[in-house]
Amino acid sequence: MNLALDIASWVLFGIGSLVLFIGAIGVLRMPTLYTRMHAASLTDSLGAIAVLGGIMLQAGWSLAALKLLAILLFLLLTSPTSSYALANAAVLAEKRDAESAPEPSA
Amino acid sequence: MTILFALFLLTMLVITAVAIVQTTDLFAAVMLLGIFSLLMAANFFVLDAADVALTEAAVGAGISTVLFLGALALTAARERPAADRPWLPLLVVLVTAATVVYATFDKPALGDPNAPVHQHVAPWYLSETPRLIDIPNVVTAVLGSYRGYDTLGEVFVVFAAAIGVLFVLSGDRPVGDVIRPADAPTTRGLKHHLIPRIVGKLLIPFIILFGLYVQFHGEYGPGGGFQAGAIIAAGVILYALLQGEGRALAALPEPVLKALVAGGALLYTLVGVVCMFLGGNFLEYSVLAADSVTGQQVGIILIEAGVGVAVTGVLLCIFHAFAARDPAH
Amino acid sequence: MELLGLYNYWVFVALLMIGFYAVIAKSNLVKKLIGLSIFQAAVFLLYISMDKVEGGTAPIIQAGVVDQVYSNPLPQVLILTAIVVGISTTALGLAIVVRIKEAYGTIKEHEVSAMDREA
Repeated sequence: MNLALDIASWVLFGIGSLVLFIGAIGVLRMPTLYTRMHAASLTDSLGAIAVLGGIMLQAGWSLAALKLLAILLFLLLTSPTSSYALANAAVLAEKRDAESAPEPSA
Repeated sequence: MTILFALFLLTMLVITAVAIVQTTDLFAAVMLLGIFSLLMAANFFVLDAADVALTEAAVGAGISTVLFLGALALTAARERPAADRPWLPLLVVLVTAATVVYATFDKPALGDPNAPVHQHVAPWYLSETPRLIDIPNVVTAVLGSYRGYDTLGEVFVVFAAAIGVLFVLSGDRPVGDVIRPADAPTTRGLKHHLIPRIVGKLLIPFIILFGLYVQFHGEYGPGGGFQAGAIIAAGVILYALLQGEGRALAALPEPVLKALVAGGALLYTLVGVVCMFLGGNFLEYSVLAADSVTGQQVGIILIEAGVGVAVTGVLLCIFHAFAARDPAH
Repeated sequence: MELLGLYNYWVFVALLMIGFYAVIAKSNLVKKLIGLSIFQAAVFLLYISMDKVEGGTAPIIQAGVVDQVYSNPLPQVLILTAIVVGISTTALGLAIVVRIKEAYGTIKEHEVSAMDREA
């Protein structure tokens, strides 16, 4: 049983790390801001689920597993929201730059 | 495995620091500073400092980023590259680096249990705390009870910072611009964006609840007044960012914040004075209850509450001082 | 832990020098403050590196476990205070930078001192 749990955790860690690594490569290689954010935010959620799932399997049925579940829920709520806010800010900044002169720097 | 992880974290710290100093875009530098703080917090956790990791994450990666962004919004976002020669600063830096590296060769290796720092006072704290104070978190015991004077001084420093910021940023405001109305264009915040507003409304109660949890569990796990104050202030700042600063000021108005700041410091000092009235020395909590161990615990809970309240008030005062400043100068 | 023996301290020196360089070489005042934050963080790293005991754990006494080695709690208390004091001074410094910008119109240090010398 322990061996099965360990193998399952390792598989989940492997998947999570691979997904996050691919996301990082995407952020470096994609051409525009929006495609970069698409790469980062999608892989962020899946990677978080996989890695935290692996840790939860290791923690077993305990208070620590419940806390990890709370952390996972928090991450799943806030990470897409911040990506949305970032994309929104980018759209608004482009609109504002198109309408007015660029802001002076000091 | 832990060694590899620690090495990786330390190397990432240096790379991030170089990136921060080299970039000319100040917004990017502030974001990188947040990443730097988070890496530093992870490093502290690897080095067994759980309380410090929590504080660094809450204060460094959270509050500090907000303050820098607030200041940047009022000044400039981009730094023009310096045209002057950096040879003299580089020389000074290299000479200083050589001196300090020479000094590090005398240091004991990491984790050596026979290092001088582990010899005299620390084993006494670790062995006597279960007998004298009986709370599991030794760091809170040292912070609150054995070194209570230092923590009182720290509360006063935070208090002085709030007074200083209010003093510097409150005078000489443009006429009629003291507190802008809640629906003025610049205080709209993200009101017209539904998703962050809804998610924020879902999360803010839990953030404040978590802050209270950290406050009251400071004796049993990592936590305490400073971390709790930073977390609760972060929750209120999130509300201010989402709903507009005017609504946040309506929720917790300026006089209340100032009362929190002064009240926290006053609570801490009052606990000390009450101890004197009950026959002990200043901040000697043993006299606060019938049994000395219970008295110590009561004293620590009260002063941690004072610290938490003061830090919340201070961080919110400073945030509002920056946010209410009119950038159209 | 032998490999990490002095690596922590060399990283501390590197960060210290990077922060120091930012404070003395950059002329933008906000950049100087950011460099100061890095400098402070490096000092925290030095102290917390000193508190680690090999095989130890965080100094939270676990009831019923005898013979557990704990890491040193004293540097952690010092650094807790230092972090809060650091953020206080950073906040005050940023407030002063904002006022300098409003009064002089620039936050580059040599322009500010040039204006001071003319006036």
